[in-house]
Amino acid sequence: MPPSLLGLEGATVRFGGRAVLDTVDLEVAEHEVVCVLGPSGSGKSTLLRAVAGLQPLDAGRVTLDGRDQSGVPAHRRGVGLMFQDHQLFPQRDVAGNVAFGPRMHGASRDEQRERVAELLDLVGLPDAARRSVAALSGGEQQRVALARALAPSPRLLMLDEPLGQLDRSLRERLVVELRELFGRLGTTVLAVTHDQGEAFALADRVVVMRDGRIAQSGTPLDVWQRPADAFVARFLGFDNVAEATVAGQAANTPWGKLPVPDGAPQGTRTVLVRPTGVRLAPADTGLRCTVTARTFRGTHVAVRLQPKDAPRLEAACALRTAPEVGDAVGVEFDAAEIVVLG
Amino acid sequence: MDLARPEVRHRGKQPRTRAGTGRGSAARLGLMAVPVAFFAVFFAYPVAAIVARGLDAEGGLQFGRIADVLAQSDVRHVLWFTTWQALASTALTLLVALPGAYVFARLDFPGKQALRAVVTVPFVLPTVVVGTAFLALVGRGGLLDELWGVRLDTTVWAILLAHVFFNYAVVVRTVGGLWSQLDPRQEEAARMLGASPLRAWRQVTLPALAPAVAAAALMVFLFTFTSFGVVQILGGPTFSTLEVEIYRQTSQVFDLSTAAVLTLVQFAAVAVVLAVHAWTVRRRETALTLVDAATTARRPRGRGQWALLAGVLGVVAALLVLPLAVLVQRSLGASGFGYYRALTREDGGAFLVPPVEAIGNSLQYAVAATAVAVVIGALAAAALTRRDAGRLVRGFDALLMLPLGVSAVTVGFGFLIALDEPPLDLRSSWILVPLAQALVGVPFVVRTVLPVLRSVDGRLREAAAVLGASPWRAWREVDLPMVRRALLVAAGFAFAVSLGEFGATVFIARPDNPTLPVAVARLLGRPGDMNYGQAMALSTILMLVCAVALVVLERLRTDRSGEF
Repeated sequence: MPPSLLGLEGATVRFGGRAVLDTVDLEVAEHEVVCVLGPSGSGKSTLLRAVAGLQPLDAGRVTLDGRDQSGVPAHRRGVGLMFQDHQLFPQRDVAGNVAFGPRMHGASRDEQRERVAELLDLVGLPDAARRSVAALSGGEQQRVALARALAPSPRLLMLDEPLGQLDRSLRERLVVELRELFGRLGTTVLAVTHDQGEAFALADRVVVMRDGRIAQSGTPLDVWQRPADAFVARFLGFDNVAEATVAGQAANTPWGKLPVPDGAPQGTRTVLVRPTGVRLAPADTGLRCTVTARTFRGTHVAVRLQPKDAPRLEAACALRTAPEVGDAVGVEFDAAEIVVLG
Repeated sequence: MDLARPEVRHRGKQPRTRAGTGRGSAARLGLMAVPVAFFAVFFAYPVAAIVARGLDAEGGLQFGRIADVLAQSDVRHVLWFTTWQALASTALTLLVALPGAYVFARLDFPGKQALRAVVTVPFVLPTVVVGTAFLALVGRGGLLDELWGVRLDTTVWAILLAHVFFNYAVVVRTVGGLWSQLDPRQEEAARMLGASPLRAWRQVTLPALAPAVAAAALMVFLFTFTSFGVVQILGGPTFSTLEVEIYRQTSQVFDLSTAAVLTLVQFAAVAVVLAVHAWTVRRRETALTLVDAATTARRPRGRGQWALLAGVLGVVAALLVLPLAVLVQRSLGASGFGYYRALTREDGGAFLVPPVEAIGNSLQYAVAATAVAVVIGALAAAALTRRDAGRLVRGFDALLMLPLGVSAVTVGFGFLIALDEPPLDLRSSWILVPLAQALVGVPFVVRTVLPVLRSVDGRLREAAAVLGASPWRAWREVDLPMVRRALLVAAGFAFAVSLGEFGATVFIARPDNPTLPVAVARLLGRPGDMNYGQAMALSTILMLVCAVALVVLERLRTDRSGEF
């Protein structure tokens, strides 16, 4: 593991007695892209503000390159922060915004001009230098904000909901561009988002936060395949989560006895059944359910099933075989798509 | 004066900064120290001194005097007149100006910008000029007298009309400013839910406007309740407001105790009005959805809207433009520029110097007063910027408004009485006049700068900080460019107010150094066509200076984020 650039040790921030950041430990290695994922109010923005020096810690510490940052004001930390709604300076044009950081660091006029041209090129707005920021579209503002944050060459770049306010297609395009850009520049990035798709597409490592604490940390694949607990699973969009007693290769759940993979943890556990693991069968086999809703999802149809005396289930069906609302179906479970959490 | 701007809430999450509030309030107290000291020494102390002097009896204050004075029938008469003329002026102003507010807010017509400036001119005009202009219109030998033999200067109508003239802009700017920014889609939503146009207006627009109307009404009431220059000139021997009576008691009757009691009465009345105002301001802090004013105005449609536009233009022409036009015409008289030339001559009577020197004096005083007002006002505004203001800060805010309502005459006379012994022996210093004028300018500076300072998103400063700007640098790079314009506008207001200040200046300006309003009043106080004509000429000059200051202001304020 390369030496960590950013370290948080027991970082705690309280607002009026409530811990918004609760003894958070986190390390970000050089050149790593880490994405903090969590619902709104989980403390992820506060995490960024604490690292930036905009939010004093009530306990714990932040280190950069191993050096304690307590007492170092925001403007001397050498980190960049791209704000959620960009916060471009309205009275300056695009070039004035991008040149701001280098200017604060004492760059000469020529150096500033060069840097502005270089960065606007990088973000794909080579001719925008003299434009007013008010005249930019959302996507362009995002690019200018990125250029501005990158201009002083921060050792750590932080992004607060970088694509939050853009429409979906633009977001999907930009996330690929960002990933490619950070890879090329070798930038160390700490981003926060509430959008799992964004986090998985952007990050080397995903950190899921809940109520000011870190609920799980791992590669996107890890987190996706093995959510740490019911909260993470539900946050990732999995609804088929239930308490179960696991014994050997079977789990006793509200939906009946489910097969679980070899080597699953034993005892009282939380079980997650992926929608693809819910197989539809003729009504007289397996768990009997009624179809209560079906939602077209592009590649598949999400079918909502209501068993008798058990929590609802969601199943993913092929487009052609999806049942109609009101149909009675049977359900069988696929052990490969069932995860025993924790 | 647009004190009715609703607080515009920021949509985004406000960064909460629990830690650091300790340092914040220390800094705020530091910023407040200078304005507080200024107000203590140059406002509270002189006013207290004169009140104490008035109530002074052997061995203590005699509060029994208050009852004695209030029992006098002529004092009660003054109180009654002051109150009812203020109420009548306020009602009349609202009646005349509310259609104007609608026209300026919702209709789009050629020449609108220019007309808006024209409408605002009276507000920055010195009260003495307003009085003189109406004298020229409705007084003896005035335009109406010549045409139809109609004279109003012996009736209360002259005062009421002059008050409408003076305060028209207050209503148009306060109410119209908000009206133009109300989202028309709110009304459309009501229409879609089945409300008739009138019903939609009544249910949606009127409640949103009501606080602005209330604030405008309160300001007009405050200005007319404390009216001095207008009543002094147009009231004759019959009509007298508290302020005029205080002046008469101190400078002519030398009855200090009556003056002191009247000052206290006025003080109490103004405090009540300001308290009500503060209450409506707080109620107004509901988040309204505001839109760009440029998007809400439409060309007039239908006979009703055209008629309304024509009516408003007619009122503006007859009530606002005509008096000023008559003033200019009278100043020219039969002899061309004779009155103006006479101003440059040595004058042995009321002046020890040629009256024209008053122009130079006024400009010098106004520049000094503006500098003082901007520094004090900007410091105060900076201290008031933070929204999580406690009671102490709100009290400070109200304190800053007091000079608008406390008798200027008292302040002026108090200066003479209180600031005449070491260490504050300023009586012979020229700085006395600018200091008194600055007191009146400070509220305007605060009300102009504060909303702009408040509208600066704290996260912009944070954005500057993470890009490497120190706090001081961030302030210079982010706040200053936004506030600079507001500061200039504030300076312009302070300048215009200082130029026109009359009540305090009339006491403390030395005979050999009169200001323009003082010179006008002195000329009017003397008989003869020559003096009358010279007064008109000086008033015209004063009006032009103020109008130029205003035009510069209007050019500067492309944004309407200030409260005036």
